[in-house]
Amino acid sequence: MAVHPPTSGSGLAVPPYERPSGVHPPLDFPGYRSTALRAPHQPLVLLPHRLTEITGPLLGAERVTKADADLTAQHEGEPQGQRIVVSGRVLDSDGRPVPGTLIEIWQPNAGGRYRHVVDDHPAPLDPNFTGVGRCVTDSDGRYRFITIKPGSYPWRNHQNAWRPAHIHFSLFGRAFTQRLVTQMFVPGDPLFFQDPIFNSVPEAARDRLISRFDLGLTVPEWALGYAWDIVLRGRGATVFEQPGGHR
Amino acid sequence: MTAKLTPSQTVGPFLAIGLPWPDGPFVVPEGTEGAIVITGIVFDGAGDPVTDALVETWQADQDGRFAHPDDPRGAASPGFRGFGRCPTGPDSAYRLVTLKPGALPSPGGRTEAPHVDVSLFARGLIDRVVTRVYFPDEGQANEADPVLASIADPARAATLIAEPDPGALGRLLFDIHLQGDRETVFFDV
Repeated sequence: MAVHPPTSGSGLAVPPYERPSGVHPPLDFPGYRSTALRAPHQPLVLLPHRLTEITGPLLGAERVTKADADLTAQHEGEPQGQRIVVSGRVLDSDGRPVPGTLIEIWQPNAGGRYRHVVDDHPAPLDPNFTGVGRCVTDSDGRYRFITIKPGSYPWRNHQNAWRPAHIHFSLFGRAFTQRLVTQMFVPGDPLFFQDPIFNSVPEAARDRLISRFDLGLTVPEWALGYAWDIVLRGRGATVFEQPGGHR
Repeated sequence: MTAKLTPSQTVGPFLAIGLPWPDGPFVVPEGTEGAIVITGIVFDGAGDPVTDALVETWQADQDGRFAHPDDPRGAASPGFRGFGRCPTGPDSAYRLVTLKPGALPSPGGRTEAPHVDVSLFARGLIDRVVTRVYFPDEGQANEADPVLASIADPARAATLIAEPDPGALGRLLFDIHLQGDRETVFFDV
């Protein structure tokens, strides 16, 4: 008994978010071996956006301190490695900034080692680097982290497999529908060609994961700068307001 | 002007350094009046527990309201976080303490049965997978729910209904099967 739910009607107006196509990787991507036992086999069921999907956790300032955005200043000494500033804006696909949204990042140290019990890559841990940061976007959707350039590391997915340097990013946006976890890469990495995780993204969208060197973001005589904007799903060009719906 | 969407990537095996919060599993504090526990295990296609996943939940409050400005009925007063986050640890289980949400009005005049939206992240998932938890004591409301009704196979729809724990009142079991005969229904959201 397949009853198709209405997506619109009188009464409650719930303008949906856009549905991306050609952007996200397929769940089943054989080159990335861990997908084999984890990617669902059954087709996904279309979930029209209703109240639970167009709302979401608005977590922000209360979960972060200013120090959380500087990963080089979380210990007594400074971490080893190349200091970098990573900054950009969080936007929706209609081009509007997403202000006040929580961003969480994590990464390995300059030698390519994560501070995690399961990481057995034989590179040294850095006592001055945890590799975890948080911040909240400002009123213009802007964020800024100070960290060190992450190292590459081997990962046994295939013969002599190495991950290109990357920083994990987690974003909430303002709706369940906008939730995104992704990775930021650095330009010119020689390891892109053999990385199935990066290459699982449709080719036309891959370069959106690569940050851009930006001289304007550097701190002279102190740190290099990389710019990376993150775009979450919007509501399309035809956003409409429910008359009298907002209070 | 439109901007181009940023693609998803996996959380990888080391999400545990970046994402869990000490208060993540507690949508409401333990011991809150009327609190329920939703707990379960995430299984892979070999039937093995997935010990490096993160379960996140989002839901309405007990009155079916959201403390969110985009709720067209107006935002409920803040106070109920609505959001839960729990990694599956070495014991392979996740556990969330929350309140049972109320039913929700739906466009077209229908009513959604009480439910919790779930995002699951893990190594090997290049994008999150999304599912829903429904409640076993809501038989009639579940019958009328437009999302459950959109799933053609009743046996598959049943994967979304939590089971009461016969040994513990207010404790609901919701295992997630990524593959196999009991594969959970996942949504294209």
